[in-house]
Amino acid sequence: MRARGLPGVPKPTVGQLRGVCTWIVVGVGWMETAPKPGRDVPPKNVKFQSKKKKPRRYWEEETTPTAAAASPGPPGNKKRNRELRPQRSKKAYIPKKSRISKKPQLPKKPRERRNPEPERSLSGAQDPFPGPAPVPLELAQKFCRIDKSKKLPHSKSKTRSRLEVAEAEEEEISVKAARSELLLAEEPGFLEGEDGEDTAKIRQADIVEAVDIASAAKHFDLNLRQFGPYRLNYSRTGRHLAFGGRRGHVAALDWVTKKLMCEINVMEAVRDIRFLHSEALLAVAQNRWLHIYDNQGIELHCIRRCDRITRLEFLPFHFLLATASETGFLTYLDVSVGKIVAALNARAGRLDVMTQNPYNAVIHLGHSNGTVSLWSPAVKEPLAKILCHRGGVRAVAVDSTGTHMATSGLDHQLKIFDLRGTFQPLSARTLPQGAGHLAFSQRGLLAAGMSDVVNIWAGPGKASPPSLEQPYLTHRLSGHVHGLQFCPFEDVLGVGHSGGITSMLVPGAAEPNFDGLESNPYRSRKQRQEWEVKALLEKVPAELICLDPRALAEVDVISLEQEKKERIERLGYDPEAKAPFQPKPKQKGRSSTASLVKRKRKVMDEEHREKVRQSLEQQAQKQEKKAMPLGPRPSALDRFVR
Amino acid sequence: MKVKMLSRNPDNYVRETKLDLQRVPRNYDPTLHPFEVPREYMRALNATKLERVFAKPFLASLDGHRDGVNCLAKHPKSLATVLSGACDGEVRIWNLTKRKCIRALQAHEGFVRGICTRFCGTSFFTVGDDKTVKQWKMDGPGFGEEEEPLHTILGKTVYTGIDHHWKEAVFATCGQQVDIWDEQRTNPICSMTWGFDSISSVKFNPIETFLLGSCASDRNIVLYDMRQATPLKKVILDMRTNTICWNPMEAFIFTAANEDYNLYTFDMRALDTPVMVHMDHVSAVLDVDYSPTGKEFVSASFDKSIRIFPVDKGRSREVYHTKRMQHVICVKWTSDSKYIMCGSDEMNIRLWKANASEKLGVLTSREKAAKDYNQKLKEKFQHHPHIKRIARHRHLPKSIYSQIQEQRIMREARRRKEVNRLKHSKPGSVPIVSEKKKHIVAVVK
Repeated sequence: MRARGLPGVPKPTVGQLRGVCTWIVVGVGWMETAPKPGRDVPPKNVKFQSKKKKPRRYWEEETTPTAAAASPGPPGNKKRNRELRPQRSKKAYIPKKSRISKKPQLPKKPRERRNPEPERSLSGAQDPFPGPAPVPLELAQKFCRIDKSKKLPHSKSKTRSRLEVAEAEEEEISVKAARSELLLAEEPGFLEGEDGEDTAKIRQADIVEAVDIASAAKHFDLNLRQFGPYRLNYSRTGRHLAFGGRRGHVAALDWVTKKLMCEINVMEAVRDIRFLHSEALLAVAQNRWLHIYDNQGIELHCIRRCDRITRLEFLPFHFLLATASETGFLTYLDVSVGKIVAALNARAGRLDVMTQNPYNAVIHLGHSNGTVSLWSPAVKEPLAKILCHRGGVRAVAVDSTGTHMATSGLDHQLKIFDLRGTFQPLSARTLPQGAGHLAFSQRGLLAAGMSDVVNIWAGPGKASPPSLEQPYLTHRLSGHVHGLQFCPFEDVLGVGHSGGITSMLVPGAAEPNFDGLESNPYRSRKQRQEWEVKALLEKVPAELICLDPRALAEVDVISLEQEKKERIERLGYDPEAKAPFQPKPKQKGRSSTASLVKRKRKVMDEEHREKVRQSLEQQAQKQEKKAMPLGPRPSALDRFVR
Repeated sequence: MKVKMLSRNPDNYVRETKLDLQRVPRNYDPTLHPFEVPREYMRALNATKLERVFAKPFLASLDGHRDGVNCLAKHPKSLATVLSGACDGEVRIWNLTKRKCIRALQAHEGFVRGICTRFCGTSFFTVGDDKTVKQWKMDGPGFGEEEEPLHTILGKTVYTGIDHHWKEAVFATCGQQVDIWDEQRTNPICSMTWGFDSISSVKFNPIETFLLGSCASDRNIVLYDMRQATPLKKVILDMRTNTICWNPMEAFIFTAANEDYNLYTFDMRALDTPVMVHMDHVSAVLDVDYSPTGKEFVSASFDKSIRIFPVDKGRSREVYHTKRMQHVICVKWTSDSKYIMCGSDEMNIRLWKANASEKLGVLTSREKAAKDYNQKLKEKFQHHPHIKRIARHRHLPKSIYSQIQEQRIMREARRRKEVNRLKHSKPGSVPIVSEKKKHIVAVVK
C-alpha cells in the first residue's frame, strides 16, 4: 500500500538550496505566528504606552500628555480585533539571530501601517475600525499553501532569511485571498426540515413547488424507454449534458436552455460517454471501438487501438482520456495530439469500475477481488492497492478535494476511505441492496444509486466526509440506475436509468461561485476559444501525475544528498565542512599557549557533550518505542483487518 | 421545510451589450484550481521558452571609425550621447537615438588611450599616445571656428588612462605614475607611485569620491586616497589586471578584469580573499563596467564576446557575440541600465539590450502584468532541471565552444592531480586552497 516513487518527475536537485528558494515554502516558527493573546499582546500594549510617554525635559513647558488619554474606543473591542488579525504577529518577522534580521524585509510595511493609535480625520471623528479588516484564521488557513507542521531545514542564514521572507509573502497572500472571499456573490443552497422533519422524506415534487421557477425548470425527466439504460455526463462548466443509451442512442444538449445540439443513433451498444475538454467534443465508448464525435454528431475519429471499452474518464488538465477495457487494459489517450500515452495492464480481469481523483488525476480502478488500485500513466504498476471489500467492488467515487473515497461492493457495504496517506476506512454502512453507482458533488455530498433508488448523504461541512447515518435526500426513479453525476455549479444531480434521464434537485450540492477563468458556465464562444488555447498551453504532461500533485514544488532531498556526496568525492574534501575551532589571539598578554589550549578544549568538550546528549536522547526514544505495550499476539491475518 | 436552490441571475454574469467587457467573476478557492503546481510549472516552462525565442539582444552597430575603438565614455547628463576614441586618434560623439555620429574630431596623434567626461557634461578629457592631456568642449565649434581643445597639457611620459572626479574639478591620469590634476593647473597636484611599472587604468570611486583604484602591469591593483600623498594598499594577483570598475552602489566593492580569463570582485577592506571569482571567459578580459543598479556588470574580452555577470554569481548569465565582432576592447553599461555598448577591434560600436528578451517601447498594463507574472514564475521554478537547461542554453561560436571544452579538460586534470596529491600525502600536509584564494599572491599595505 505504499506509494511508489515516480521516475519521470523532474525535480529540482543540486545544491540549489543556495539559490533563491521561493519554491520551497516550508513552515517554520509558525507556531509563533499564531496569535497568543496571553503572551503576545500585553507586552505590545506596554510598548505602545511607553512610546507615547515622552520624557519631559526640565526646560520644556508642562503639557498634559493628552495623546494617551485620547486613545479611544472600547479597549476590549480593539484587543479582539488584534487577536483576529491572524498572522501579523510581530514575532514572526524578527528571527532570533540578529544577523538574519539585517536583511531588508518585506513585512516591514504592514507593521508600519498598523498604527496603534487610530488616526483622526480633519473633523476630529475617528475611525471606529482602524486598520485593514480582520480575517478569520480558518479562512486564511484555507488559502495557505505552507505546510506548517514541517520545520525549516537547518540551513545557512542567507537561505533561511530568504525562506522567511518567502513565507511571510505567502502568508500575506493567503490573507489577501481570504479577504477577497467577501466579494463572492452567491450563497450555497440548503434544505432544512422544520423541527424534527426528516429531509429524506421530502419529495422532489415538494422541492419543485417550493423553489423559484428558474430552479424548478432544472428538474425534468426524459422518458426514453426505447433505448435502454443511459449513461450521462455533464461538461466541465455544467452547461451541457451528453447521454448515451445502451441501444445506441447518443444525444448532447444544453440542458439549461434545453437546446438539443445533436442526436444520433450509432447503431451499436454504447457503454459510456464523456465530454472532452470542451462541449464541442464527445467521446463514446461503443461496442467495439472508441469513437469521437463533435457537437453536431459528426464522427471525427474512430480509435481502434482502444477496443471494447467499458468506462471512460477524462483528465481535463492533462488532456488525457483514460479508458478501461474488458481486456483488462487501462489506456491513456492524449486527445490533444491523438497519441496513446500509456497502456497499462491491470492484470485483474475485466475492468468496469473506474473513477478519477480530481485532486491528483490518479485513476482508481475497482476490481472483482475487492481491491481498488490507483494508477498513474507514468508507472507500470499501481501506485497503491487498497483492499476495500470482501467481494467485488461495484462502484468507486472520489470527492473534489481528493481526501475521501467512497466505495461500494458486492458485500452490500458502502465505505468511505481517507486518501491522505493512510487509506483507512473512516465510516462504513451496510445497505440493503448495495450501491451500484456512486458520485460526489462539489460540496461533498455523496449520491448512491441502488437499483431504482437514489440516496444522497451530506456531511457537516465541505471538507468533512458525508455521514452515512441518515440520508439527506432520497428519490425513486422509474427504472434501474445506470449512471450518476452531479452537475458542476448547479444544485442538480443527473441520473441515467433504464427509463431515461432524470434531473434531480439537490439543494446545496454545488459550489455557488465559479471562477470565470477556470470554468465559466456563461462563457461566450470567444471566451471558450481563448480558454482552450490557454488550457492547451499549460497542458500538464502525463508523467507528472502522482499521488501528491504538489510534489513538484518540493526539494528533491535524495538527489541533493547524492550530488553532495559525489561532489565531495570529486573534490577530495568536503567544501562545506565546519572548520575545527581555532581560538583567536586575544589582547596582548592574555593569549598564552596554555589559555589558547584551554579555550580550544572548552569548545571541544562542549561539542562532545552535545553529541553525548543527543545519543542519549535517541537511546531513550528507542527504549520507549520498545516498551510500548504490545496488544494481543499479532496474527498474520491482521493485515486484512479494516 | 426551508429550501434554497442555487439560482443565478444570468444578467450578473453576462455582459449587457457587445461594447462592454466580458464579466469574469473570480473565486480563489484552491479546490477550484487543482494542479496548481504542475500548471504553474508548465507556465514557467513556456515563459522560459518564450524568453529564449524573443532573445534578440543586438540593436545597432555604429560605424564610422577608421580604426579600432579603444575607449568609450558615457555622457553624465544625456542618455543619448556617447563618446568614443579610436586607435587613430579620432574621437567621435554619437547620438544613440538617431544612431548617428554627430561630431568627429582628430584629438591625438596615435591612439586615444583614455576618454572621460566631466561630471557636469560640458566638456570631456582625452589622453593619447602623443603624451598630451586635452580638454574639449562637448558642443561643437561654432561657424567659422576651428576645432580646438580648451586646454592642452603636455606631459613627459605617455598617459594610458584618465578618469574624472565625480564631484570636483579634479581628474586623475595614469602612465608611469598616477597623477592627480586640478583642472586649472598644468602641473599635477600630486603624483603617486608604488613600484616602477606602467599603470593601465585608474578609476575614481563614485561614492567615496576621494578613493582611487589603479591596476599596473606588474600584476597588482593599487588603491589610493586622494587626500594622502601615498597609496593605501595593493593586492598582487597571479596575472595582470587590465582594468577595474567600482560598484556604483556599494562603496567598498570593485571588480577587476584580469588577463587570466577571470574577473575578481574585491571588497577593498579585505583584499586577501576576493568576494567572488567570475569565470566564463576563454581569453583575457579587457574591460568591465557596472550596471547603475550595482547588481550586475558586463565584461569585454579578447575572445570576441561580452558577458553579463550578476555580482554574486561566479558564472555569467548572458553572452553576446556576433560573427563580425572582433576582440572587444571597451564596454559600457548605459546609465538607464537598459543597454550595453561595446567597442571592438573592427571599428564598430555595438549597441545591445541588457536584457536580451526585453520588449522595447511602452508596455500596456496587461503586458506589464503578464511580464511580471512570468518573471515570478521563472524565478520560482528556476532550479528545475528542465527549465534550468533551457534558460541556460546559449549558442556559442565554435572557437569559444571548443576552447571552453579544452579548458574544462585542463581544469579537470589539474583538479585530479590535486586530489591525488591530497590522497597520497600525510593528512594536513597539503593545504586545501580554495579557488578564491588561489589567485591572490600577496596583499601589501
